[in-house]
Amino acid sequence: MFDAAAPFQHRQSAHCESGVVSNLLTHHGLPMSEAMAFGISASLTFAYMPMIKMAGMPVIAYRMFPGSIIRGVEKRLGMKWARRRFSDPRAGAAALDEEVRAGRPVGLQTCIYWLPYFPEEMRFHFNSHNIVVYGRDGEDYLISDPVFEETTRCDGPALTRARFAKGDMAAKGHMYYPTELPSSIDYERVIKSAIRWNYKTMNGPVPIAGIRGIRFLGRNIVKVSQSADAEKTLPLYLGHIVRMQEEIGTGGAGFRFLYASFLQEAGKLLNNDRLLEASKAFTDAGDEWRRFALNATKMCRGRAKMDVKALDAQLNHVADREQEMWALLRGL
Amino acid sequence: MKKDEVPQDPSQIHAGIRKLLYAVDEKGEYGGVQSTGWEVENYVTLAAVDELKRQAEEALARAKAGKASTLEYHMYARRMDLATLSATTGIWKWRVERHLKPDVFPKLSADLHERYAFVMGITTEELLGLPDNV
Repeated sequence: MFDAAAPFQHRQSAHCESGVVSNLLTHHGLPMSEAMAFGISASLTFAYMPMIKMAGMPVIAYRMFPGSIIRGVEKRLGMKWARRRFSDPRAGAAALDEEVRAGRPVGLQTCIYWLPYFPEEMRFHFNSHNIVVYGRDGEDYLISDPVFEETTRCDGPALTRARFAKGDMAAKGHMYYPTELPSSIDYERVIKSAIRWNYKTMNGPVPIAGIRGIRFLGRNIVKVSQSADAEKTLPLYLGHIVRMQEEIGTGGAGFRFLYASFLQEAGKLLNNDRLLEASKAFTDAGDEWRRFALNATKMCRGRAKMDVKALDAQLNHVADREQEMWALLRGL
Repeated sequence: MKKDEVPQDPSQIHAGIRKLLYAVDEKGEYGGVQSTGWEVENYVTLAAVDELKRQAEEALARAKAGKASTLEYHMYARRMDLATLSATTGIWKWRVERHLKPDVFPKLSADLHERYAFVMGITTEELLGLPDNV
């Protein structure tokens, strides 16, 4: 199953965690697409979280918390990850070297700000960026960062820095690789249980989560526009929403296209037309999210008249689209 | 999104790196498509970076006028805010806030200066000084 001599295959992905998980599973003998890893971990969500701030703005999540894809595939596939965290950076660096010597590619959790190969404009303090280290060449570690086209390199001190940056969601050197892979997987059971779980998170009663959360966001835009310093805060707020929606390669649709791709793959695998239909419906929802981003940005730039009521209506439209799609999957 | 609708706008933020997006072809089949960038994303990212730059510039002016400590400028210059700085150093927010005062910060212990300088990846000399401009 695990072959130390086999070269690690770098496959570019839309999102870092689903990319690292699918690439590591594939390397360790369980071929899996990025979309499938994302789908079966039931990581799709929507949540508006005013209590958690990022650079002074509320967090708007289109997927579950960082780490949920790693844990989600573990739970549903019945596989195991060897996961380690370290209190001492030196111990963390030594443990990485040991795995590199053994020829084992490992996943690492890092802070984007300290990764020197990231373009300057993309470097923010974000502690949950996942990458794979698959080897070493002199002072440089060989990196497969799934959101990049090609593999890259990072020197030892910078990598340790990125692994041990403190603060919210601190990685503490988090290092992981798969062990105990199942010999066969009952995809019918795994996929359906993941979708049922996601159905619940998107259709729950909490006003700031799931479909209700999308409508809440619309109302909140109207609310922000009524504040005394709205002229300054509203464009920043809208820009922030769009940025969270786009967050590294989800195509401006907050993971909706990735999930639609999962539904299509699952529909073909299980010969299930309902899933194929849901995939199409969710592509429509993703397109609606993109149109919202486009309109909101036009208004920020003054290329269209600021109209918060229209943005609110558009988010309600997005929520309707998502609701229709989940109705197709009800009682799967 | 259809494959031919995937935005291929020139991007100032990706340094030539193409990202992967998922889109459908004419038969409705999903697959990955590389994108050079999207104007919308470009604009909102640069707006966020500009806002951080503006904060750094204002802090620099305040520090030069002796109205704020050099710490405030370096905090914004490293794209941090009070919350991030407090979380990364493990120093209580109200203490960090106090350290933003110009008469307090220079008198802190070498240990504390070192702690701030470390999380920002600069030397204590740099931390206690100011550049001519941002």
